[in-house]
Amino acid sequence: MKRFRNRSVIPGFGLSFGLTISILSLIVVIPLCSLVLFSAQLTVKEFWDAVTAPRILASYAVSLKTAFIAAAINAVMGLILAWTIVRYDFPGKRLIDGAIELPFALPTAVAGISLTYMTTNKGLVGSFFHRYFDVDIAYTSLGIVVALIFIGIPFVVRTVQPVLEKIDIQYEEAAFLLGANRWKIFTTVILPELIPALLSGFSLAFARGLGEYGSVVFISGNIPYKTEIAPLMIMAQLQEYDYASATSIALVMLFFAFVILSVNAYVQARTARRVNANA
Amino acid sequence: MKEVVIRKNSGPLKAFCIASSALFLILFMATPLAYILYVALRQGVKAYWTSISDPYAVKAAVLTLETTIWAIVVNSIFGIVSAWCVTKYAFHGKKLISALIDLPVAVSPIIAGLVFILTFGRQSWLYPYLEKAGIQIVFATPGVVLATIFVTFPFISRELIPVLSAQGTDEEEAAALMGAKTWTIFRNVTLPHIKWALLYGVILCAARAMGEFGAVSVLSGHLRGKTNTLPLYVELLYQGYDFTGAFAASSILVICAVLILILRVWLEKKGGKDLDLRK
Amino acid sequence: MNGFWKNWKALGLVGSIFVSGLLGGCAKQGDGSIEIVNVSYDPTRELYEAYNPLFEKFYKEKTGQDVVVTQSHGGSGKQALEVANGLPADVVTLALEGDVDVVAKAGLIDPGYVDEFEGKSSPYTSAIVFLVRAGNPKKIRDWNDLTRQDVAVVTPNPKTSGGAMWNYLAAWRYFEKQGASEEEVKASIKTLYKNVVALDSGARGATTSFVENGQGDVLIAWENEAFLSLREYPGKYEIVIPSVSILCQPTVAVVDAVARKHGTEEVAKEYLQNLYSPEAQRLIVENFYRPADPETYALFVNENPGDAITVIPEDGKWINDKVERVDIEHFGGWEAARKKHFVDGGVFDSIYER
Repeated sequence: MKRFRNRSVIPGFGLSFGLTISILSLIVVIPLCSLVLFSAQLTVKEFWDAVTAPRILASYAVSLKTAFIAAAINAVMGLILAWTIVRYDFPGKRLIDGAIELPFALPTAVAGISLTYMTTNKGLVGSFFHRYFDVDIAYTSLGIVVALIFIGIPFVVRTVQPVLEKIDIQYEEAAFLLGANRWKIFTTVILPELIPALLSGFSLAFARGLGEYGSVVFISGNIPYKTEIAPLMIMAQLQEYDYASATSIALVMLFFAFVILSVNAYVQARTARRVNANA
Repeated sequence: MKEVVIRKNSGPLKAFCIASSALFLILFMATPLAYILYVALRQGVKAYWTSISDPYAVKAAVLTLETTIWAIVVNSIFGIVSAWCVTKYAFHGKKLISALIDLPVAVSPIIAGLVFILTFGRQSWLYPYLEKAGIQIVFATPGVVLATIFVTFPFISRELIPVLSAQGTDEEEAAALMGAKTWTIFRNVTLPHIKWALLYGVILCAARAMGEFGAVSVLSGHLRGKTNTLPLYVELLYQGYDFTGAFAASSILVICAVLILILRVWLEKKGGKDLDLRK
Repeated sequence: MNGFWKNWKALGLVGSIFVSGLLGGCAKQGDGSIEIVNVSYDPTRELYEAYNPLFEKFYKEKTGQDVVVTQSHGGSGKQALEVANGLPADVVTLALEGDVDVVAKAGLIDPGYVDEFEGKSSPYTSAIVFLVRAGNPKKIRDWNDLTRQDVAVVTPNPKTSGGAMWNYLAAWRYFEKQGASEEEVKASIKTLYKNVVALDSGARGATTSFVENGQGDVLIAWENEAFLSLREYPGKYEIVIPSVSILCQPTVAVVDAVARKHGTEEVAKEYLQNLYSPEAQRLIVENFYRPADPETYALFVNENPGDAITVIPEDGKWINDKVERVDIEHFGGWEAARKKHFVDGGVFDSIYER
């Protein structure tokens, strides 16, 4: 294990490794490094002040909170959607299946504009909630959650769906024959298999939601301390021509994203090891 | 047929799942779409046609197409080599590479745009050299292309990696031992396995590339008729109170998205057998 | 290992892909026409859409040379920053001098640009007014009405919108004029911003929140934006002119460094100079900006303006000359105003502190 790589008989390591590394550096690593370089222009204290100003802190809180709630809702809804698509046959199934990727293709600004229109207290959906539940959606943090649910749903569905598809029916049958009821089969046989995928989808939706800008600015109302999201603060710093502060906030957000992905990777690695050990 | 017995006899649960999926999709996808089409057509078909045949709209559509193709080409190359590299060989730093590949999904589009400005913009140390060479990256087409590649970066490799890792290395090893060259192994052994996953990844990548707004908006400079992609053009019209025009232009994106999704469903049908091999 | 060489081949492949992409992006126009790029802010879209053909015709007649003007619009501060970052603009026509300063500070505009054209390089000015719903149901007359508890206000976020800074400063001046101490002014401004229901990221986003989505009772808006809404939705809105407003001076400048590189100095200068021509000034007034030329200005002054405008006057005389428009110099110029009010930890931030 001391060698850089274990010998493999398959040729082409140099080619594929070289290409992977060079494209990766050009597109991801070098640009992200310049982010670090730029915020390094600040002293530690300046950096700290820039990223912990009260209004900035409030915006992290808004972003984290709304992205978390949206990702959690997406995890539940995504599971139901994936389940429906994989396990049932009904007219219109293809339509539902096909609609999942729509949020990818729709420009986020357009999504934001239309969702806002629908959810203001005069809009089609918003007026219903306003009248019967006395809840306003657009221009509140609830509006941000709505936009982030829209943005994040494909991530969960498309990570859970393939796993659900390949769960071996034998285990379910065995459990069924052993007399387990449906809920028990789900919680003891199916869910454990799904949890890594679900978590993976949740983290992606969470991370994506943290960074979302285009759709959220239209629906959130951008009230300081209440509905100002962190990416908006980056834009605000740019408006102030303050690159150093903007990159500092960007760096903090990058850190959040990295933590989310690492936690996910750690859990995935652990479950993979457990599964492999069982095998 | 036992499968049918335990999977299909869940009446109330099935009804609940389908109903909630449908409700969710109607609320989050159908209503915004309906709004877009309604606004696009509320001044009649003629106004709609005038809006989408506007020379600037056509130019924006062409640029979007061009960018999408670039993103697909670069990401396909990268997706294939990186997936091959990560799954066929054992080497140190593999986890890091996987993490870096995934990172762009979690990076806020605003930050994605910002990093390229910092890397290639006027305050970068690279800028004097680029200027001397007469190369303009930011606020020109290459910047738009780079940003789009960045945001769609993991889409293809993420589709390929699970397929390739499930397939294992036995077949390639056998081929290599029989003396086959890299390219031959790839074309005759690996490619047939990943064909459908690759196409699916391309479709996802295309959908996301078309709709990208945040990163491109930071990098493009909004030069009308030159660096305005379709989503930016939509925003421009929207900011100019030309709601019909804005939503007409977004309807082009919606139509493209729907076409892409139809293509995907068709591919899945055709390649269904191969996709099942993921097991 | 031959893998090493393959590695280099691969690098070459990637390199050539990128280079060809770059070349594609740098394609030049080959038909002998000069191209200039005008980087402007959001609300001037209609104005330059009308002005550019006028200039292209004028220049063709004068020199026989074809010119193509490419427009870019966006938030003023963001646009300034992009030019400073390498967006190749031959001229900038931004919302405020402070934004042009950013480009100048990047070393792209020669010093003294403010006096290069007449009227401090502002070929048109504007004011801040209120847009209310038809019939003015909340009886909004002046700035102090905006601090009433029952009034919901829509205005953009001064942190992300240049125009919104004008709104804020106009309100500041009003409360100051009531003879209040600075603490009292701050308190009033604080109450006003407490009433804000949507603080959109840009001027047009705010207008949409107010007009399309029906939020709030009053929109604090640029004069030209308000008139556009009046024209677009006749009978649904009214413009209320407050007693105090601000002299909004959008500033234009040739981006010398870029123009020199492109060899477009002369046409760029002509482009801006021609904004002062009688035809252009008329276009300006038709787009609801206040023209710099006193004669054109006088032609469109409404002799007996009311406080509220419900329809655009048929004779086109829409300018209300009675309103006091305070100059930015009153705040010590942009640099000082920005430092005091809008930087992190400035007065605007303190408004929202809990």
